[in-house]
Parts: sequence; structure tokens; C-alpha cells
Amino acid sequence: MPAMRPQDILMPVAAGLCCKPGGFHIDPVRPVDRAVITHGHSDHARPGHGAVLATQDTLDIMRLRYGDGFAGSTQAIAYGEEIALGGVSIKFHPAGHVLGSAQIAVTHGGLRIVASGDYKDVRDPTCTPFEVVPCDVFITEATFGLPVFRHGDAACEVDKLLASAALFPDRAHLVGAYSLGKAQRVIALIREAGYGAPIYLHGAMDKVTQYYQSRGVALGELRPATGMKKADLAGTITLAPPSAIADLWTRRFPDPVTAFASGWMRVRARARQRGVELPLVISDHADWDGLTRTIAATGAGEIWVTHGQEDALVHWCTSQGLVARPLALVGYGDEDSGEDATSSEEDG
Amino acid sequence: MNRFAELLDRLAYEPGRNNKLRLITAYFRETPDPDRGYALAALTGALSFKHAKPALIRELIAARTDPVLFALSYDYVGDLSETVALMWPSALRREHDSKSPPPTLTDVVTTLRTLGKSELPAQLARWLDELDEIGRWALLKLVTGAMRIGVSARLAKTAAAALGDKDTHDVELIWPGLAPPYLDLFAWLEGRADKPVNRLPAPFRPVMLAHAIEDADFARLDAADFTAEWKWDGIRVQAVGGRDEHGSAAIRLYSRTGEDITGGFPDLLPSLRLQESSEGTLDDYRKPLRTFRHQAFAIDGELLVVREGRVQSFNVLQQRLNRKTVTPRLMKEFPIHLRAYDLLGDGDNDLRELPFDERRRRLVDFIAALDDPRIDLSPQVPFATWGELAAVRADPAAAGADAAAVEGIMLKRRDAPYLPGRPKGLWWKWKRDPHVIDAVLMYAQRGHGKRSSYYSDYTFGVWTETDGNEQLVPVGKAYFGFTDEELLRIDRFVRRNTTESFGPVRHVVHEPDRGLVLEVAFEGLQRSARHRSGVAMRFPRINRLRWDKPPREADRLETLERMLASAAAVRSA
Ligand SMILES: [Zn+2]
Repeated sequence: MPAMRPQDILMPVAAGLCCKPGGFHIDPVRPVDRAVITHGHSDHARPGHGAVLATQDTLDIMRLRYGDGFAGSTQAIAYGEEIALGGVSIKFHPAGHVLGSAQIAVTHGGLRIVASGDYKDVRDPTCTPFEVVPCDVFITEATFGLPVFRHGDAACEVDKLLASAALFPDRAHLVGAYSLGKAQRVIALIREAGYGAPIYLHGAMDKVTQYYQSRGVALGELRPATGMKKADLAGTITLAPPSAIADLWTRRFPDPVTAFASGWMRVRARARQRGVELPLVISDHADWDGLTRTIAATGAGEIWVTHGQEDALVHWCTSQGLVARPLALVGYGDEDSGEDATSSEEDG
Repeated sequence: MNRFAELLDRLAYEPGRNNKLRLITAYFRETPDPDRGYALAALTGALSFKHAKPALIRELIAARTDPVLFALSYDYVGDLSETVALMWPSALRREHDSKSPPPTLTDVVTTLRTLGKSELPAQLARWLDELDEIGRWALLKLVTGAMRIGVSARLAKTAAAALGDKDTHDVELIWPGLAPPYLDLFAWLEGRADKPVNRLPAPFRPVMLAHAIEDADFARLDAADFTAEWKWDGIRVQAVGGRDEHGSAAIRLYSRTGEDITGGFPDLLPSLRLQESSEGTLDDYRKPLRTFRHQAFAIDGELLVVREGRVQSFNVLQQRLNRKTVTPRLMKEFPIHLRAYDLLGDGDNDLRELPFDERRRRLVDFIAALDDPRIDLSPQVPFATWGELAAVRADPAAAGADAAAVEGIMLKRRDAPYLPGRPKGLWWKWKRDPHVIDAVLMYAQRGHGKRSSYYSDYTFGVWTETDGNEQLVPVGKAYFGFTDEELLRIDRFVRRNTTESFGPVRHVVHEPDRGLVLEVAFEGLQRSARHRSGVAMRFPRINRLRWDKPPREADRLETLERMLASAAAVRSA
């Protein structure tokens, strides 16, 4: 029998990343019989599959978002747990991206491929920390795959927000943040910085935030922003989905300072494009240093790069003597031009 | 430096004036001397050192990064300083070999002042090692002289004044005598010392400005309360003369913002000489003119080029502006002239509290006593009713003015003191109607700096018939006049309606039924051989976006030619 090639185990096809010997797809973008899902963001977790294998948190988040009938059947798997599907073995490892997010290690014929989904290797009080999984082939995202993206310390960014709130007590501070993961992480960081006052929430974040709290993530007192008198919102901090901070919705706030928590805020033109006054560089994706550090740590000799700035990361890998190629996955992010990425609700 | 960088960073994003003020004042309050003083100098443009060239920055980064990664990054970010600031291999990651603390703003400014050219690259690299991303960005903007963050010198002075609950004018008044790092200024503002005395022999006085008058305003104003003058289209200046403590004469010419522009106009200085004082007659303007003499003075006026008694247009005056050297030929071809509007100081007397009528009387005497062909009085335009004045304004040439150089009419309340800034209701400017046409957007190009990610430079055209075909011919280019929101909409329109791209230029759809109509306002028209249309606009700007108007209804070249012909007729009348 000839040696197993990685593309015999995992292969990009129209529906997503397909594991033929195991009979499943990872994060499929079209309905499939058997889906293995890394995390609950909508460009990775879609409804309508036959069977879904994911962490309990990811399954819960999908149910919150899509309702009870989001899949034919579901199976929960814990971090570190290993199961066999067809002839391959699957093991889930924490990805540190959002609550429940996982990297999926697929082992077959002595070859291990890790599909890491979205990940970050820095501290996040709201989810299990990222774990390096040694492997032969590492599939990495490249959302922030340019050396200009260095996210720095998220706590410093939150300090900036609190300093601004202190300097402008008569203005409301409105923080744009993706509803799943980023919003809860920002709230947790604000609490860690010692801010004890109630934090206000846009209605679209209610359910998922309550879910985080039910999973033991301490977020302090949260209140709905809706129904508050304008004047009473002076000096407060409100979190809202990115689409809401450029919306008529902001008119209910007194002279709002619009902040936006995203890795994209590192680049000034991007921040200005969104009309952001207080950019906060806080990302749930690994930055350039995180990506290159992780790639090296996995010990993988071959790297597949997906959704984001593939060119630069492939170039870096090659310069390090690694085999690397972009994994052209249709439907993952819509980031080909780099211009629309921040309009996707879940990314950044 | 990092704290100053944070301030610059925040100011660059903050659109509101009052919020900017609070940010700057808070910075002045928190930051010790002399750092805050150098920050004030940086914000008011009062720092001077040799700027670093972009090529140097490129060399520094090229020595430290992979060229492919740099090219991809620069392409993405679009700004050299920002790309370098973000990509620079920071000391954070190499903590073991760099233990020095980041430089303060004072370190940077004082070092740059004396640093030799050959030492600059290594010094810059050391600082970049020590600073964080925002610190590096601010440093590179500072050393390349590209610090555009939407803060005027006046705003920075206002923020400083607010530190001591003082008026901006108080700061502006003493400003010319102050120097970075402004220790005496901050000491006074914080109540630790007396107000610094402006010891300059020929200090600048903050300028009084006019409001644009609207039709509705006339109903509330009584013509009898006002005097009228032509609004000359030159450079508003203040000519100041005085003596220092040793008795030597000093003559200065200031721009309306207080910038010293004396060096550009040596040919005017002999006309602004100081005269001997004649005792006992100094304050009394009713004495015979011949005995009237003065030692110090401050004239508010307009710089103009006058040839054979005729005031030339601003286009001509422009040849005299921003020149590094002023050659005898330039002075001969473009003879400079001062037209006096107001007298702010005479001898030791500050006249600014006096009513305008009184100052005007003194000015008349002053100019007569000076008796110099290069300096004359701005003539008053007699009128009894607003209607009468409107007729004169519509046709300045008929009223004897050099129409090419008249921008409109200035109205001044007879009883108004000379107040700095733009006080309400005292001075009004009544401009001639700007020319307005509807043109069609043809090409768009990315802007610079802040706007580099948007298509913000627009070439527009009007219809003309060529070989029996209706065609658009470009007549101008506009970069401003629209709001940020409108910019976003035009940018989106450009991206969605590009028909072809040539390098940085996008061709935007411009057909009779598809395209964007721009209402363009401009100040004047000239014949131009450089433009295919044969005409060029002065100061074109986007007045309004006519999303509602189909391109076929835009104006025609004939309309512009008619405007040109009528302007020529006025000029030769
Ligand atoms: Zn994600």
C-alpha cells in the first residue's frame, strides 16, 4: 500500500473540507450528511446538516441561533475526547477563539492533520485556552495574516475605553463587538479592570450573553439599553453588534463615543472607514505573531492556509522551509478583497 | 512620547471640536513640563527641525523586514509611516536586548534640533525600537513633518487657555513673545506666575473676522449703522512697526494667523518705516497732518499686486506667495502693495477699543501722513440703502473698483470695537455670488493621507458637441466641498460604476442616463490651453450631489463660455 497523502484524508471541495475515509465534512458551507464543527460562528456553523458532531457549547450556541431543529441529530464531544468515524480518529482540542471553540485533529494511517478553525493563543477569560497540537499538517486561518497585525495587550485597550469614559462623563460609550465571543470577552475584561457599574447591552446580544453567564462566565450586572432615558445613558458603557454602532439606533445615546473592538482597528483607514472614534484593538483571532508562533510550535511540515491573507503567511512558511499552500475554501469569510471582512458579523 | 502619541491617535479619530479641546486640555493637565510645552509647539506648528525623508524610513524598514511581507503590508495599509510603525520588529519581543525606556517628547524634540544628518538613521531606529505601535506612528509622522490630525494652532491655544480658564485671545496676544516649551505660559495658566509680557517690539494682534451675511440678515440690520468697503481678494495681513528696548526699529508683516511673513516682501518694508515723533501731538488726530508723527503702529490690511494703478487678480498675486527667494525681477513684475483697512495701534495707544468710525478717521490721517505710493486706504463704498449696495456689489467695475480683485463687500458696524475672532453681528462679508454649474463625474482617484482609502479626487465634465456627437469634456477637478457621509456615498458609487481603471485613476460611468451629477461651485474662470475644454476653474468645489439629476441635464460648455465672456466684458469696462 502506498504511503497515505494528506489530501487523501482531508480535501477541500465545494461543500467544505471533506474527509472521505471518515465520511464527514469539517465546517461545511452547504448541508451535508455528517458535519464536524469547530465553533458556533455562522460562517463555520450552519443549519441543515444530517448529523452534527461538536462540543456541547457549540451545539448549544447553534440551538440558540437556529432553533431546535438545526440538525438531524447531534453528538457532543469533550476537549481531549477521541472518537472513531469510519476509519479515522477524531479528537477535539481547545482553540481559544470563543466559548466551545475547538481544533479538530484527524488521524489516519499514522498521519495527523489539525484543522484549527479560528483560533487565538492569547488569554481570554471567557473560554478554555488554546492548546498546541503536534501534527504533520496544520490547517491555519490567516484572518490577520500580515505582519502589520499585532494585537497587543487587550487589557490596555480596555484601559483606553475606561479612561475615555472618565474623561467624557457626559457622553455615552458605545462599543461595537461581535455578538458571540467578543462582546462577552470585552465585558469580562472591563470587569477585570475594576469597572463595577452596570453595562448595557443591545438586544441582539441578550441570549448569547446569558448563555455565557449560565456557563459560569462572570460578567457582572448587565442591563438592556432599550427603554433607557437618553440622559441616563450619559457616562455609561453599552455593547452592540458592529452593524448597530453606525445605525440610527445610536441616536438614543447622548453624544456617543463610538468604539469598536476588533483586530481590524489596527489599521487606521479601516477604523475611519467605519466612522469609529475609539478603535480598540481586541481580536479573537491570532495576530501575525500568534500565527507564526503556533505554526512553528505544531512541528507540522506542511501548512494549509485559509480564509484571510493567505499570500503573506504562505510566503512566511516557505521562507521557514515549510511546505505551504492556500486552501481555497469557497464560502469561508468573504475576505477576498479584504474590504468586506468587517461587515461579516462574526469575524475579527 | 507614548502619551503624546496616544493624544494624537485619539485626536485623529475625534471629529468634534469641543471633544478635541477636552482631550488636549486633559493632556496639558496630566503631562508635566517640558513635555506638554513641546506638545503645544507640535500642535501649533512651532517646532522646527530638519524633516526625515520617506526614503530614509524605507531604508530602515528594508533592513529589518522581508521585502515581500513589507510590500504586501504597505499595499494593504496604504501609508508608509503607519506600515512601518506596525511592522517594526518591536523591542517587546526582544526585551532581553533593549532595556532603555521609551523616549519622551522632549527627548525627541531636543535631540532632533541638534542631530547631525548622518546620525539620524541610527537614532530613529533606536527610538522605534523603544516605542510601541502608536508611539512609532506618531514619531514617524512628527519626523517626516506629516502630522495632519485636524487640529488648528488656534484650537491648541484654546485648549491651553482652558487650562487656566483664560480666553484664547489672552494667549494669542502674548503668543508671539513665547517660545517652546512655554514654561512661563503654563506657569501663568496654572496660577503659579504672572502673565508673561509680550516683549516683542512689533507684536501681532489677533485678527477680527467677518461672518458671511445671508439674505435674511438684512431685514434685521439698519443700513445707517454700517459702512461698506470692497472685500479685496488678496492676502489679509497685519503690518506692525515698533522699537525694541535699544531703540532699534522692527517692522513685521504677519499673516492673519500670526505667521511672520516679513521675509517674503522686502519691497514693502521701506514703505513701512517708522517716523520721528513730534512731541505733544501724538494723541491728537485733529492737529495739522504735517506735525502728525508716529513711532509704533499696527495696520490691518490686504496685500495686493498693483500694476499701473490697477489691482491684479489673486492669480497674479499668487506668483508672490510661498517663494523661497524673492528676486528683483519678481518684485518688479509683481509690485506688492498694502491696502489699509484698519488701524489697531498708533504709538503707545491701543486703538482696538475705539469704535470703527473713530479708528477709520485715525487711519485716514495715518495713511495721508505716511504718503507712500505702496500703501493706500481701502476706499469706502457710499450707500444709503441695502438695495443700493446690492446694485454696486453686482457690478464693482461700474462703481470704479478693479473688479478682477473684488471678492464682494465688507460691512462694518460703525460703533464696533476691534475684537479678535469672529464676533457676532459686527462685521459681515457679502461675497459675490459664486458661480455654480452642474457637471458630470468622469474620473475618480484615491485621495491622500486620511483619504487614501477613498476615491475623493474627482474630475468632472460638461457636455459639448464634437463632430455631431454629444460628449462630455473635462472642465475641472474637485477635492472638497462634500461631507464625510457624502464622500462614502460617492466612493461607493465610484467602486460600483467603474468602467475602466488606468493605474490609480478609475473611469466612472458617464452616459446621458447613467452617471453622477455634481453641482460644482467655483470662484472664477480663466482661459486655459492646458485643458481640452479651453477653460479652467478657480477653486472648484462640490456644492451638492445631484443624485436626482440625470447626466443629460448637466450644463454645457457654452454656459461656461458665456460666463467667461461676461467676466471679460466686466473687466474691460
Ligand atoms: Zn470564528
